[in-house]
Amino acid sequence: MDVITRRRFLAASGVAVAGGVAAYSLRDILATAGDRDPAARTLVLVTLYGGNDGINTVIPYADPAYAAARPALAYDAGQVLRLDDAFGLNPAMTGLHQLYQDGKLAVVRGVGYPKPDRSHFRSMDIWQTGRPDRPENTGWLGRWLDAAGGDPRLAVSFEPVLPPLLAGARSAGATVPGGSVRLPKNVTTAQLTALGAAAPGETATRARAAACFGDLTRIQDLMYDVTEQDDDQDTATGTGGASQSLDSQLALVAKCVEAGAATRVYSVSLGGFDLHADEKQAQESQLAKLDKPLAAFAGRMAAHEVVVAVYSEFGRRVRANASDGTDHGTASNVLLLGAGIKGGLYGEPPSLTDLDQGDLKYTTDFRDVYATLLADVLGSDPARTLDGWTGRSEEVWA
Amino acid sequence: MTDRRVISHVLRRLTPGPTATEIDAGVSAGLEATVDRVLAPVPPPALPALGADPLTSARTKEERQEARRQVAEQVADATWWWIGRLAGTGSSAAEKLTFFWHGHWATSVQKVRSAGLMLSQQQIFRRYGTGATGPLVRAMLRDPALIIWLDGQRNTRKAPNENLAREVMELFTLGVGHYTEDDVKAAAKVLTGWQVDRAAGTARLVAARHDPAAVTLLGTTGVFGVDEFADMLVRHPAHVPFLASRVRARYGSAPDLETAGNNVTAMLRALALDASFPADAGNLGKQPIEWVVGAVRQLDVPLDKARKPALAALRALGQVPFRPPSVGGWPAGEAWLTTAAAQARLRSGQALAALAPAAVQSLSETKGERLDALARLLAVDAWTDRTAAVLKPVAAKPQQLLALALATPEYTVH
Repeated sequence: MDVITRRRFLAASGVAVAGGVAAYSLRDILATAGDRDPAARTLVLVTLYGGNDGINTVIPYADPAYAAARPALAYDAGQVLRLDDAFGLNPAMTGLHQLYQDGKLAVVRGVGYPKPDRSHFRSMDIWQTGRPDRPENTGWLGRWLDAAGGDPRLAVSFEPVLPPLLAGARSAGATVPGGSVRLPKNVTTAQLTALGAAAPGETATRARAAACFGDLTRIQDLMYDVTEQDDDQDTATGTGGASQSLDSQLALVAKCVEAGAATRVYSVSLGGFDLHADEKQAQESQLAKLDKPLAAFAGRMAAHEVVVAVYSEFGRRVRANASDGTDHGTASNVLLLGAGIKGGLYGEPPSLTDLDQGDLKYTTDFRDVYATLLADVLGSDPARTLDGWTGRSEEVWA
Repeated sequence: MTDRRVISHVLRRLTPGPTATEIDAGVSAGLEATVDRVLAPVPPPALPALGADPLTSARTKEERQEARRQVAEQVADATWWWIGRLAGTGSSAAEKLTFFWHGHWATSVQKVRSAGLMLSQQQIFRRYGTGATGPLVRAMLRDPALIIWLDGQRNTRKAPNENLAREVMELFTLGVGHYTEDDVKAAAKVLTGWQVDRAAGTARLVAARHDPAAVTLLGTTGVFGVDEFADMLVRHPAHVPFLASRVRARYGSAPDLETAGNNVTAMLRALALDASFPADAGNLGKQPIEWVVGAVRQLDVPLDKARKPALAALRALGQVPFRPPSVGGWPAGEAWLTTAAAQARLRSGQALAALAPAAVQSLSETKGERLDALARLLAVDAWTDRTAAVLKPVAAKPQQLLALALATPEYTVH
């Protein structure tokens, strides 16, 4: 069936902007402190753009079919960070391995959807809309936001462009562009403030161009303190993902959570997982960029009711390709950690030999995972957001 | 004499950033003559010699790594060649139209992995993109880069792949809602069997992989070839309105573009001459390519020096040629007006102004009001009091003045 494309998603978020949603500053988010039920949980959704190779993330090292399918890419029993007699984590994931040993990391295996689509954009759209069966121009958390009253500050992204998953039908989440503001030395805050003023009679487009300078000054005076050590200018990748490092995005989330902001959903992302060639070193480096910030974030959030979910648009083909990489695949792992999560391995691991055109057959529908996050983290009715979906992954809760 | 504002507006939209001299010439020649000159056909250029495709001969792992490095270099050279051509031939609308089609049939070298195939695709836009869309769609359905990009090679009788068939209808010719899922399946069958020869840079139909079965496609049943499919698409009632909507998003709005039919040059002429078009000024955010190439042209930055700052600006602003973010192309309109982009324009403005001694010199020699000379140089109609108040204090430092002016709201939209 057709699914929405990224272009239409951008159009959807454009509609939201046209409807009067301006860029928010961190101050706007922090100002909501005190407006929330202290027991309410917060969801932090981590999107890995590009299709992370799930098989080399949660590694079925004991299955002979694994090494046979990817001779140059496989890790052996001595290399993986052991989870049990059959599975181990990628060697780059030391922080998450410690969390697993502490009983705090849940791995749901074989998560996917029917009739898998191997296009980055389509598959990401399916994950972000939560509707694999028909075209949809709202994101799953955007629909939750609609139902939750539509205040953009309830669902925040620190990416420069609103991710489709936060676009609802009547409302949209807030983007809080962060990062270190780097300006030429001879440009002053006074100049930016002056350029940010509206001029009489100018077009809405030009007024928007001017308003960017006003937004910039608001960010500037707020962001130095949280990002001054963050000079890591990760470049954007062709298959998406924030240009700001995951570390600095999570630092902003932590700051908001600690301040008691009313925000219930944060979207953060990391790009660069589309490794069709020479994958092994590159994926380790990517996974380290996920592991270290996430483990540190989990530690910092230990006393807060925060649940983190990590997913990618698809996993990779079981068999390595001729370039020591892997091509687009299907089902993969979802990682869950934080408040109330019971560590362990969940979901039936997909067979490495009984395949669908060379790809894993999914064993858990991704909507089961979404439903449990909607119900148990956001306290909402999943059926309302997920078109009547009734499956749940309740087993992950302690 | 024609109103300078009208000529400026038309040239800002049709070309990649007009110079003051070009606007002067347009004012003397009049609107219609200027539009005809700007839209006049330009023979396609000889493509730069990049060398053979390094990936086709690499065998070992080391060779492949080296080949990938060489491909990256070729892509960088091809990208810069194109930007140089946009700047060098910018008194014509031709290369901006090539860029329009690139964003429309958005194909990324990230998957195609060949500078040569990307340049060949671009030549199709130059050869067929100025006339009726029939020959363009026919040529694009055989284009090796597009076939690789949308998995046409994997679309076979045994294992159909619907990627190309769907996007051709959804994003390139008709728009969503004007075809069914059954049409997608049928179109995929019609398109089965095309294989790309990377070394030769060609695509051919392999009979054994092609499904010759009769299909029902967009309401007609029969055995169709790729050309018949292309013709069906451009004759479809949804095609012209779809094309007009894409022209409006990139070039601007006028009510009756559809009467021009399936010919983008005719649409652009209708747009430029429409009495309501001047009132559209200021309603579009400049695309990064327009901002960068326009600045290079207006500041007369020598091309050999512009490469590094121009490419850095395009990367920071998010529009690198040959690397659209997805098959949907780059966003349009206000998506370019972000705080991140404002920062990038401030930084890139400094870098470009530092390479523009001629423009700095001419500004420093202005006799009259320096901000007026600045507006003329940058093809800005007028500064608002708001912006003039910011520019005036730095007017004595022409380089700093230029740099700041490139980031102003007046220069950022057109």
